[in-house]
Amino acid sequence: MAGQSNRLPSGGLIDRSRPLRFTFDGRTYMGYQGDTLASALLANGVRVVGRSFKYHRPRGLMAAGVEEPNAIVTVGDGERSVPNLKATEVELVDGLVARPVNCWPTARHDAGALMGLLGRFMPSGFYYKTFMWPSWHWYEGAVRRAAGLGTAPAGPDPEIYEHHYAHCDVLVVGSGPAGLAAAVAAASSGARVMMVEQEAAFGGSLLTTDVVVDGLPGRDWLARQLRALGSLPEVTLLARTTATGYYDHNALSLLERVTAGPVRQRLWQVRARRVVLATGALERPLVFPDNDRPGIMLLSAMRRYVAQYGVAAGRRAVVFTNNDTAYQQALALHRAGIAIAAVVDCRARRSNAGVTALERAGIPLIWQGVVEKTHGRAGLTGVTVATPAGRRRLACDVLGMSGGWNPAVHLHSQAGGSLSWDEAALMFTPGKVGQACRSVGAGNGQLALADCLADGYAAGIEAVRLCGLPVTDGPPPTTDVDGGSTAIQALWQVPGGKAWVDFQNDVTAGDVMLAAQENFRSVEHLKRYTTLGMAVDQGKTSNINGLAILAEQCGRTIPQTGTTRFRPPYTPVTLGAFRGAYRADLFRPRRQMPVHEWHQAQGAVFEDFGGWQRPVHYLRPGEGREQAMHREIRAVRTAAGLFEGSPLGKIEVKGPDAAEFLDRIYVNTISTLKPGRLRYGLMTNENGIIIDDGVVARLGPDHFLVGTTGGNAGRIAEWLEEWLQCEWADLRVVTMPVTTAWATLTLTGPRARAILERVGADFDIGAAAFPHMSFRDGHVAGIPARVCRVSFTGEVSYEINVPAGRATALWQRIMGEGAPLGLQPVGIDAWMDLRTEKGYLHVGADTDGTTTPLDVGWGPAVSRKAKDFVGKRSLLRSSNARADRLNFVGLEPVDGVRPIPVGAHLRFTDGTVGLTDGHVTSACVSDTLGRPISLAMVRGGRERMGQTVRVLAPAGAFQARIVSPLFYDPEGERLNA
Amino acid sequence: MSSYSAWGLLRHGLGARDWAPAWRDATPRKRYKVVVIGGGGHGLATAYYLAKNHGIRDVAVLEKAWIGGGNTGRNTTIVRSNYYYPESAALYEMSLKLYEGLSRDLNYNIMLSQRGIVTVAHSRHELEVVQRWAGAIRANGIDSDLLTPAEIARLAPIFDTSPQARYPVWGGFIQRRGGTARHDAVAWGYARAASALGVDIVQNCEVNAIRRGADGRVTGVGTTRGEIEADCVVMSVAGHSTVLADMAGFRLPVTSYALQAMVSEPVKPLLDVVILSLATGVYVSQSDKGEMVLGGALDLYNSYGQRGNLPTAVNVAGAAVEQYPALGRLRMLRQWAGIVDVVQDSSPILGETPVPGLFINCGWGTGGFKAIPAGGWLMAHHIATGSPHAVAAPFSLRRFTTGALIDEAAAAGIAH
Amino acid sequence: MLLISCPHCGPRDEIEFRCGGETHVVRPGPAEAVSEDAWADYLFMRQNPRGLHAERWLHAAGCRTWFNLLRDTVTHEIKAVYPMGHARPEVA
Repeated sequence: MAGQSNRLPSGGLIDRSRPLRFTFDGRTYMGYQGDTLASALLANGVRVVGRSFKYHRPRGLMAAGVEEPNAIVTVGDGERSVPNLKATEVELVDGLVARPVNCWPTARHDAGALMGLLGRFMPSGFYYKTFMWPSWHWYEGAVRRAAGLGTAPAGPDPEIYEHHYAHCDVLVVGSGPAGLAAAVAAASSGARVMMVEQEAAFGGSLLTTDVVVDGLPGRDWLARQLRALGSLPEVTLLARTTATGYYDHNALSLLERVTAGPVRQRLWQVRARRVVLATGALERPLVFPDNDRPGIMLLSAMRRYVAQYGVAAGRRAVVFTNNDTAYQQALALHRAGIAIAAVVDCRARRSNAGVTALERAGIPLIWQGVVEKTHGRAGLTGVTVATPAGRRRLACDVLGMSGGWNPAVHLHSQAGGSLSWDEAALMFTPGKVGQACRSVGAGNGQLALADCLADGYAAGIEAVRLCGLPVTDGPPPTTDVDGGSTAIQALWQVPGGKAWVDFQNDVTAGDVMLAAQENFRSVEHLKRYTTLGMAVDQGKTSNINGLAILAEQCGRTIPQTGTTRFRPPYTPVTLGAFRGAYRADLFRPRRQMPVHEWHQAQGAVFEDFGGWQRPVHYLRPGEGREQAMHREIRAVRTAAGLFEGSPLGKIEVKGPDAAEFLDRIYVNTISTLKPGRLRYGLMTNENGIIIDDGVVARLGPDHFLVGTTGGNAGRIAEWLEEWLQCEWADLRVVTMPVTTAWATLTLTGPRARAILERVGADFDIGAAAFPHMSFRDGHVAGIPARVCRVSFTGEVSYEINVPAGRATALWQRIMGEGAPLGLQPVGIDAWMDLRTEKGYLHVGADTDGTTTPLDVGWGPAVSRKAKDFVGKRSLLRSSNARADRLNFVGLEPVDGVRPIPVGAHLRFTDGTVGLTDGHVTSACVSDTLGRPISLAMVRGGRERMGQTVRVLAPAGAFQARIVSPLFYDPEGERLNA
Repeated sequence: MSSYSAWGLLRHGLGARDWAPAWRDATPRKRYKVVVIGGGGHGLATAYYLAKNHGIRDVAVLEKAWIGGGNTGRNTTIVRSNYYYPESAALYEMSLKLYEGLSRDLNYNIMLSQRGIVTVAHSRHELEVVQRWAGAIRANGIDSDLLTPAEIARLAPIFDTSPQARYPVWGGFIQRRGGTARHDAVAWGYARAASALGVDIVQNCEVNAIRRGADGRVTGVGTTRGEIEADCVVMSVAGHSTVLADMAGFRLPVTSYALQAMVSEPVKPLLDVVILSLATGVYVSQSDKGEMVLGGALDLYNSYGQRGNLPTAVNVAGAAVEQYPALGRLRMLRQWAGIVDVVQDSSPILGETPVPGLFINCGWGTGGFKAIPAGGWLMAHHIATGSPHAVAAPFSLRRFTTGALIDEAAAAGIAH
Repeated sequence: MLLISCPHCGPRDEIEFRCGGETHVVRPGPAEAVSEDAWADYLFMRQNPRGLHAERWLHAAGCRTWFNLLRDTVTHEIKAVYPMGHARPEVA
């Protein structure tokens, strides 16, 4: 085990009393509580932490935060592993196991590095220019295996996630000086404030810089403000929480990484009245030859490793800059004990406080210098600096680059905000935005602490005022630290060799220039052609440099060249977090019918029908599916069956205009129905397409009960209301869906009446008093019941609707009374065969989104009806009256033996390709008839009765005869018995 | 146009520095025979086939921003021809066949990957739909094979085919010739080939007026880069067709919706086929780069906002993890939206508009990418010959008046 | 994610609502008197503007009331909420 050679003897926010052991790339190391995997690796002197995507170049850490492009690791093993994490976002815990992605066997010795040798033959977009013969697919397997970073865990995720929803007055994103000032200002006015911070600790730059705010050291001021905020009941502070997406109407998604309890991550959906974006700024790398060697880092990252983790990224550093913010940072490193070999500034000699301080510290400054070359194989050993006076080589093990700053405008851009280019500061700053948000601090281009504090505080006060809340204004926090100059001069690339722009995807300045040469001059083309910015770091360090090099190459300004619109998420979001707790049965609830438990106890096999768990058959010991189904069918045909049809839609329609309303809704006339009677009806949409069917009961002159198919119960309830509210608001009608209030138990079979008599109804159920297609409101076994004499099986049937809570009691009572008469519970398998034998239409199975009432034989009914109804005009169109439309008919095999498969297509002629002459919609081997039968939609079928048609079954074509769909009891004698 | 080849890469790798622009960025001239509005796949393909098949090279493609930046660059890159009706099958099969030869025709690798597209049924009803659908496809002379749950499990081990799954797998079918292609490459390949044949590709040129003569016939367009005269104008602006139709003064049966898509971070190969689940409507594939590409839902309200929405991400990603449990710990890298033209019958509109000389190509809904070669080919045919190609004829705007709709969604059992 | 102010229930997330498309579409009738063109226009043709759109919405997971919105189809900003049967309001 190596020692922590780069750990400074003191300093940092780590807890040195709590050492942690971890493994990286097969070796074991030690770190401390408070480390990230990145800081711990750096402390241990691990230089090569990964390999680049395309050329497998050895790479070291470049950043300390979410912008890290190089250190991409898989953390954990097996089902709990997570691929493609940035080492900078992984908090160290004891026993952590991590390994780099995209290399084998290790990051230091990677067989894939051979790819680097071929790099010159693989410029941007090379794959568009080759791999065409014989076909791309021929090469694809090898390319796919080479691509991809980490490996997904093999199994399901054992950990859990959840969703939280929140509303607040002011959401502050970021807890650095500006964000904190905004939160304090808003919270002291009594607003409901949420402040979120993506890092483990609040404070942003207050944690890594030595400043004084309101007379206190920055960290003390931070602690005081956090204490004050924490004491307010209306304030929510969330660390380890990234604002990942900014959506319409001020809705933001937050991803919280939970450290305690059973939940791994929490997806917040927050609706904020005002948003303050204090997202800070990310330092830009510089683009110069061989700028990707391990040891070349962002200067700000070096500083953060020192201040936050007590880690020196190296012993002897060179700083390379084009701007004044580097001076303070270099000085901080110097004070922490890192030797600064030189500060190389590309500009002419400058004089300001920062320069003076460096000179006073004895740090050499090299003016008009650029790093032209870097040295060292697996890690930096030195750089060659070019100045007008000549070249010199400087020994160093780390190079800090400071190429200027990019405000993190991602959320502002996602919110629909525009960006404006600040030519003096060389940065995109937030422009106008339509949503209720404001960017502040470094995220708004303010690099000086005093400005950040003032800007943030003012935004907090403004947010409260814009929420319409009373403002308690106090003095804004101030600092007496001079932020120093932030002047900058463009240095977009240093020519002379391969210089990386997008480190992870291996896009070099040369690739950008090649893209421009090949006319990929739109920034979006550049991205897509070179893959610049498309890696898992989402281009945080590469986008602006790439854009600027493209602009230079094309002779345009940066604003002329444009910028890409930032898309969510700001940092990648675990897919499992989107699912949250909505997994397994909670993903889409399984609805259970009122008598479910009884079915379960009786051996029912359930399937999902429109979300409902319904018994398909009741298995007895030793029975197979077919046997159970046939037994149940025989029970219905010879004795009786009991079927639960509770999902059947039930909608009460009431009011003086109820009959008129239903006349307009149904294809047939309802107003002529007498109270106490039932009528079967069809509904179409305005295109004349059948959308539902069912039985309407007239309960009274102004009162109807509309029945719908189970799958459409909700939709038809909405459909009726849409017409009432949006088109016929003058009709005096109210509707009320009551589907789940009433259970539906259907007793059917030749002995149904005898059984119902035993069960007991308080009304006359005799054939004459209660005929087919009539309705009674009364009691069955003392339970309030609405009973319909309507049949789906062709046998005498009673559809008994009772309050759902009493359904099981009645069911058991009926079963008890009926069992001696041969009553059996019946599942859907049998039910569907029974109705197929009767040729009853099953909307959704026999019909599809093209079927009209005319197609199912309702032409006469349509032409009889004088009144207008929904869809009528469409049914008058000539295309709907054509004789070659598909008609609903019966079909039976000519040989009387071969089963006709559902879904099989039909043809009248041999061997043609193209439109078929119909298809089979329902089929069974009829138990009652002892032969296969089916229902079908057949071209001109009604006029072709008795003709034969070829069934194109997967196992081979055969002949079937077109017949009436009424296979069983066509006269309806059993039905009306 | 210099030819692309492995030899070319070798030569340049050894020092040549003369890669030519893939296409010419043209400055618009005062007049063209044909002006194509919209530099997406369909517009560029129209220009290419006008030049290649019909010798009409006096053509400009006007793109308001950058070519391929609309739905061509925002889709989930799926190509297939597993359609129900013969009219649709003829159209999409023509397109797939053109795709099969496109890399070599354009001398540009569009990375056609015929890895197979699997449609999965999760209930008895869906299985019946699938059986009927697959039968229709075969009847149309197109490959499609029914799959058992075990076969689906073999093709896509990460798909949850266990009986305990919330949506258990009952079966499905595969079109083996279906798959994916690299969307940007299709746009760039057509642009390069069209440009080489003399077509002017004009970027950053937004059309703001359709000019018509006294006889009502189209005479040209007004643009942000000046007036351009033309004998013929083609609108090929998926998602934004109504905006142009308004300029020309006719109405369209089109609604614009945002279609959401997202990708995960790249991982090593997990999934070799494209899968569509009928129960959730979510489709998943893995790009050659390793990203899991997830698509699923429209935001069902009118929108021209090309941006992601949170409820859709929750629904699509949630369903994807439910059906592909191994994706749970992967992370979503990008989410975006394209604006799609949705027509009542889910079929495109191809052909003449009420304005003489003005043609339209729109209404592809969520599936325009797969139709790019055919859309371009058929439109070029119509313009050049003056009458619609037989394959395009059923897709005229007139069908909404006659009622002769070609309702693919309806046939797929998705009742209204 | 839209925030829609239901006239009865107040502001709620879009997931509680269903959009019914363009509002103020006049249904022609009686059926026998409507030309094929007029019927096709009613059934299929939509304004589909890029900009302000008058549309109807249902508070499906709430009070089940239909109402109208005036909404920008690019920014998604809601400019007005008004009851069914009312004329489209003028907005700035």
